[in-house]
Amino acid sequence: MEYELLIDSFFILVLAGFVGFEVIGRVSPLLHTPLMSATNAISGISLVGSLVIAGSEKYGTVGHVLGFVAVTTATINVVGGFMITDRMLKMFKLKGQDQR
Amino acid sequence: MNGNALSQVLLLIGAEATAEITPRRIVLQVLYLGASVLFILGLKALSSPKTARRGMNLAALGMLLAVVGTLFHHEIISYQWIIAGFIIGSLIGGSMAIWMPMTAMPQRIALSHSFGAMAAVLVGVAEYIHKMRLVHADQLTEPFTRGEMSAMGFEILFGSLTITGSLMAFAKLQELVPGPPILYKFQNQSNIALFCCTSGLFLYLIFFPGDVAAFYLMIVLGLASGVLMVLPIGGADMPVVVSLLNSYAGLAASATGFVIDNKVLVIAGALDGASGFFLSVLMSRAMNRSFTNVLFGAVGAVSSKTSAQVEAKTVVRYTPEDALMVLENAHSAIIVPGYGMAVAQAQHTVQEVAELLIERGMNVRYAIHPVAGRMPGHMNVLLAEAQVPYNLLCEMDQINNDFQNTDVVLVVGANDVVNPAARYKKDCPLYGMPILEADKARSVIILKRSLKPGFAGEDNELFYSPKTMMVFGDAKATLTSLVKLLEKK
Repeated sequence: MEYELLIDSFFILVLAGFVGFEVIGRVSPLLHTPLMSATNAISGISLVGSLVIAGSEKYGTVGHVLGFVAVTTATINVVGGFMITDRMLKMFKLKGQDQR
Repeated sequence: MNGNALSQVLLLIGAEATAEITPRRIVLQVLYLGASVLFILGLKALSSPKTARRGMNLAALGMLLAVVGTLFHHEIISYQWIIAGFIIGSLIGGSMAIWMPMTAMPQRIALSHSFGAMAAVLVGVAEYIHKMRLVHADQLTEPFTRGEMSAMGFEILFGSLTITGSLMAFAKLQELVPGPPILYKFQNQSNIALFCCTSGLFLYLIFFPGDVAAFYLMIVLGLASGVLMVLPIGGADMPVVVSLLNSYAGLAASATGFVIDNKVLVIAGALDGASGFFLSVLMSRAMNRSFTNVLFGAVGAVSSKTSAQVEAKTVVRYTPEDALMVLENAHSAIIVPGYGMAVAQAQHTVQEVAELLIERGMNVRYAIHPVAGRMPGHMNVLLAEAQVPYNLLCEMDQINNDFQNTDVVLVVGANDVVNPAARYKKDCPLYGMPILEADKARSVIILKRSLKPGFAGEDNELFYSPKTMMVFGDAKATLTSLVKLLEKK
């Protein structure tokens, strides 16, 4: 891979890191637990890489198997992560709000 | 990235001869960009419980778009493995999300760090095997350039470390493995030696990426490091470790993004990494210990010395009826929850007591110490589950000055966070840790199972203060008695 591309990704990493710190710093301490499950769910975007490996012929049978396991674990994080985050966020209410 | 570079990448990764830019690929890149934006907006919305859910729905939408878009990727030909993975993954993930109790949230998050890291490592291994096959077929001389191998190294190293480290954390939290730090002779030295070996391998692989044995050896060392890193860390330090592993899982994901040239993965990994790191530093500061001290300084060594010295001091045992008398005559109360409340599953009963007191016109609030519990925000989530309105959940800095004007402090399963020794006792492990000023209130009621010291092994002098009422027993049982007594009046 050309070094240009790696440097591009590096620029993005640095910027995303700064954005991350700024945004996370403003998260309410009440929500630190849902924050952890949310960021974990978001990093489940690695699912996208596993999909290509599991579904492509290029990687052979090994690829299919490894890709399948990777898709499974990444899906656990994505599905489970967003669901548990929502379940937690639902619970934070003020007095008198609907307890749905 | 510009069109020319894209073609070259596609050629380099062994894609079809015609590596032209198709509309499909452009759409996919746009979807990835959209997902990145939605992720950031989603996290931004966590600034308040009011906006949080909506923001997370946006982030989930971003994820959905990215995933669905990828399913149309030109390289994907067969779908059965993918579908199987989706189904099994959704079943496991969904079940965990629906049925795991809130008290098990630290365990769940530890497991999910492990899963996330697993996905990263497997992708890395698959890429490596693929490239090595090309090398053997003489289509490439080296599987990766130095830059690529550096990224791959980070991915594999942080990934494997996180896989076992998180599983170890899970085992400690679930009490499958003893909670107190597991120490042995020369532990720090052997860990440092392991670290050096692993770093050495990492550097070696950058220059000799074709050495397959070295590659797999590094994974093995990474896995071992994960276990050994978490072994010496005690229960009360878990918030820092769990946050740190959150960070590492993110960094592994980001590195994967470098290797497979996926920008949204780089971004999501960076967000996760920044978040985990931010929380670890926050937790360390809240314990007033430096980061390195938590990871490598054996707290255990200190506590094993002091716990032997705790004398059998006598203390008066009070009953729920006694506690009731104090509560009845009070106008203001602050409840201090701790890990013990989680263990006793007492959060709902605490809320019942608080409700009854509020009905009688009392001002009741909760004081949440940053490191109460086993993960950041643990207490908040438990109390929210018990339907405590979130405006009553106060951070330490918010509420610390109010203790001196408060009639009663009710301590439920918390210990070290209200230990005054942290203020002045220089030789105790708690020294310097900011505490909740419960001892400044007019009276203190402590619900605890026994006089056993907390994780720092330091006896709590608050127990012996004349204004303190110790009510021994299971917190839930005591609180249930209180509820019955209050309802009768």
